[in-house]
Amino acid sequence: MPDGAQAGPDEDRIEAAVRAVLVSMSGDLTAKEAALLAELEALGRTIARAKAEIAQLSVDDITGAHIPSATDELDAIVDHTAQATNEILDACETLEKLEAEVPPAAAEALQGAVTRIYEACSFQDITGQRISKVVSALKAIESRVEAAVANASGRPAPAPAAAAPVAPKTEGQELANGPQLPGGGTSQEEIDRLLASFD
Amino acid sequence: MDKNINVLIVDDYRTMLRIIRNLLKQLDFNNVDEATDGQEALAKLRAGNFGLVISDWNMAPMTGLDLLKEVRADARLKNLPFIMITAESKTENVVAAKQAGVSNYIVKPFNAETLKEKIEKVMVHA
Repeated sequence: MPDGAQAGPDEDRIEAAVRAVLVSMSGDLTAKEAALLAELEALGRTIARAKAEIAQLSVDDITGAHIPSATDELDAIVDHTAQATNEILDACETLEKLEAEVPPAAAEALQGAVTRIYEACSFQDITGQRISKVVSALKAIESRVEAAVANASGRPAPAPAAAAPVAPKTEGQELANGPQLPGGGTSQEEIDRLLASFD
Repeated sequence: MDKNINVLIVDDYRTMLRIIRNLLKQLDFNNVDEATDGQEALAKLRAGNFGLVISDWNMAPMTGLDLLKEVRADARLKNLPFIMITAESKTENVVAAKQAGVSNYIVKPFNAETLKEKIEKVMVHA
């Protein structure tokens, strides 16, 4: 097992088996058997070292400071972009009120520009959804790290949150994946063709 | 197309509600109400008299797809034009929405021309 990998029940059994073989074997060994035993002994040491390293991870720093700090920073990004977007929208609404006071050609140009700003401001929704996905991933990593360290150190795993009755997911919830990466979703043109194929 | 109808826009991002409201105003739809999830929207639809729903998908506790199903199951609301505007752009999402009876589907980020085109299309069939 590579250094730093997670030790689990299977590795525990391998380590115990290696030690049992080493204890039970004695007397003359062939060169092949000796090499095999040496390999097994090295494997046992690697497992023990990995377990010790995992157990010594500063998991409290990770789960108590690093991940909460990262999620707070991400929440702050969402708040600040929302605030900035609302200020942009305030300015756009002020510009729209001026449309009645300028010549028609200028009013049309003004509205065209404001419309483009509205379209661009929808970034805040998309980035907010993407950041929510990252926060969820960080929380999943946090619980996996806690479980891995508890397993390696022999401590009981953290108790899961109080088990509240969980309603089965609806189809809408099951299919809610958030924004796709570029190239991963379906374009508006493809959606239009897909919808037309039902007619 | 009657632009005096009441339009309900549904999205859990307040800035997106504001953007859609302003784009609708540019299209001369001035009777616009808002909801921030499916449950609130359903209560408003049942209590009011709306001619068009424009809804996001990814909201809690009730998603846009679940709202759509409730609307189509309601005898009074079942024929209400319903446009989904969402970042959910997988084919399976579009198919599920169509099977649930969506009138049209717009993927975010979208432009004003697409919104206008889809509204005109669904209102012709309303």
